[in-house]
Amino acid sequence: MLHTILFLIFGAICVAGALNFLLQHHPVNSALSLIVVMGSLALLFLLLGAEFVAAVQIIVYAGAVMVLFVFVIMLLNAGEEERTRGNRVALFLGVPGLVVFFGLMCWTLSGSRSQLGQVQIGGYYVPTQELGIALFREFLLPFEITSVLVLIAIMGAVVLARKERQ
Amino acid sequence: MELLPYIIFAIIKIALLLFILLTAVAYTTLLERKVIAHMQNRWGPTRVGPFGLLQPLADGLKFILKEDVIPDNVYKPLYLGAPIIALVLSLLSISIIPFGGAWDIGKYHIPLQTTAFWNGTGIQDINIGLLIILGITSLGVYGVALSGWASNSKYSLLGSLRAGAQLISYEVALSLSLVGVLLLAGTLSLRQIVDSQAGSLLHWYFLGGFQFIAFFIYIMAAYAETNRIPFDLPEAETELVAGYHTEYSSMKFAMFFMAEYCNMITVACLATLLFFGGWHSPFEGLHLPAPGIWLMISPLFWFFAKVFFFIFVYIWVRGTLPRFRYDQLMSFGWKFLLPLAIANVVVTSLVLALRS
Repeated sequence: MLHTILFLIFGAICVAGALNFLLQHHPVNSALSLIVVMGSLALLFLLLGAEFVAAVQIIVYAGAVMVLFVFVIMLLNAGEEERTRGNRVALFLGVPGLVVFFGLMCWTLSGSRSQLGQVQIGGYYVPTQELGIALFREFLLPFEITSVLVLIAIMGAVVLARKERQ
Repeated sequence: MELLPYIIFAIIKIALLLFILLTAVAYTTLLERKVIAHMQNRWGPTRVGPFGLLQPLADGLKFILKEDVIPDNVYKPLYLGAPIIALVLSLLSISIIPFGGAWDIGKYHIPLQTTAFWNGTGIQDINIGLLIILGITSLGVYGVALSGWASNSKYSLLGSLRAGAQLISYEVALSLSLVGVLLLAGTLSLRQIVDSQAGSLLHWYFLGGFQFIAFFIYIMAAYAETNRIPFDLPEAETELVAGYHTEYSSMKFAMFFMAEYCNMITVACLATLLFFGGWHSPFEGLHLPAPGIWLMISPLFWFFAKVFFFIFVYIWVRGTLPRFRYDQLMSFGWKFLLPLAIANVVVTSLVLALRS
C-alpha cells in the first residue's frame, strides 16, 4: 500500500520533471529538472528493490554527469532560449504521429500482457554482494568490455583536449 | 512493533539530533576561533560571557539582525535556493550516522540513530548507508555551483567553477579510499562496519586492517570536499574575496557557513565510524570495572571524543598549513591520491584473496 503510494508520488515527480525539462526557457533550469528526474528514477529503482543501482544512479548521474552539464552551461554562460512559433509540419504531422505511435505501443503491450508477466514492487531485491558476484562471475566479459570502452572514451577525450606541442 | 511509539521516538530523535548538531556547529566556530587564536599567541573571543562562551549566540543574533541584501542582477530563484540546497543536503547526511547501540527505555529499545529501528531481535539500519552518504555528498556540489552562477559576479563564478572541479576530482579519491574498508567489512551498512571493528584498538581498521594509507587519503580528500584549508580554493579570500558566497549576506551567508561546518562534522563522524571503531572503546578487551550508568553513556562518550579529535585536527591543520595553488591541488588529487587509492584497493583485495 505504502509502496504503491510512493510509486505514484515519485512517478508523478519524474514525469513532472521531464515536462519541466522541455518547457523551461533557461538551460540551467532544464538541467536542474533533469536532476529531479534522475533522483526520482533512483527512488523508483529503490522501490523495485535494486538498492545499489539506486545509489549509483544518484552518485553517477545526479552527482557527476549532471554536475558537468551544469558546469558547461555555467562556463558558456548560455542565456535564455528564443521561442519560435513552432513548425506547421510538426504540428500537423508530428502530434498525430506521436499519438498513433503511443496508441499502437499500448495496444501491442496490452495484447501480449499474458506472456510478459507482471512487475511486483519490491520483487527484485538484490543485495549488493549478490550483484557483485553476478557481475564478476557470470557477466565478467561484458563488464570488462564495457570498462575498456569507457577507457577508450577517456583516452579520446584526453587526445582531443591536449594541446599540440611544437 | 507498534507504529505510534515508533513515530514519537523518531520525531524526538530527529529533534534532538538537529538541536545537538546545530549547537555543535555553533560551538565548532567558537572552538576554531579560540584554538587558532591560541596558536597565534592571541586570546580569541573573550568578551561575550565567560571565556567568550556566549560568542556563538551573539554571532547568530547578529546574522539574523543584519540587512538581507539581494543584489540587482542575480538570478533570483537559484540565488535564494542555493543556500537552502547546501544546508538541507548537509543536514540530511547526518541522519544516516549511527552514534551507538540501543538504549532500553521501559519496554522499548531505541537505537541511537535516526534512520534505524528495533525489529524485534536486533537493530535494523539502512543497509546501503555509506552509499547514501556518498550520494548526498556528491549532490552537495550544486549548492556551491549554483550559488556562484546565480550571483552574477566574477568572483562568485570563479569560486564556484573551482569548487565544482575540486569537488568532482576529490570525490573519486574519497570514494576509492573507502573501498578497502568495505572489502574488509563486507557490508555497506555503517552499523555493521562498526560492529566488525569491536574488540580493542587493534581491531580498528586504522590499525587492524592496515588501512592507515586509506585513512590518510580519506582525510585529505575530505578536507578538499569540505573546502577547508589547505584546499579552500573555492573561497580563497586573498584571491576571490569570499568565492561563491561573496554576494550573500545575513542569514543566507550563515546558511552556507552552517552547511560547511555540518559537512565537517559529518566527515569527522564518518572517519570515526570507518577507521576508528565508531563508539567502541579502545580498551574494550581489558574488562575494566565500570558502573552501570557508564555502560550506557560510554559509547556516546567515545564517539564524541573521537569526533572532537578529528574536528580539532581540522582546526590544527588550518592553523598550520598554507593554501595550495590550483594546479598543485589538481595534480595532487589526480596524480597522487587517486593512484594511491587504487593501489590500496588492489593490495587489500590481494591480501584478502590470499588469506581466504
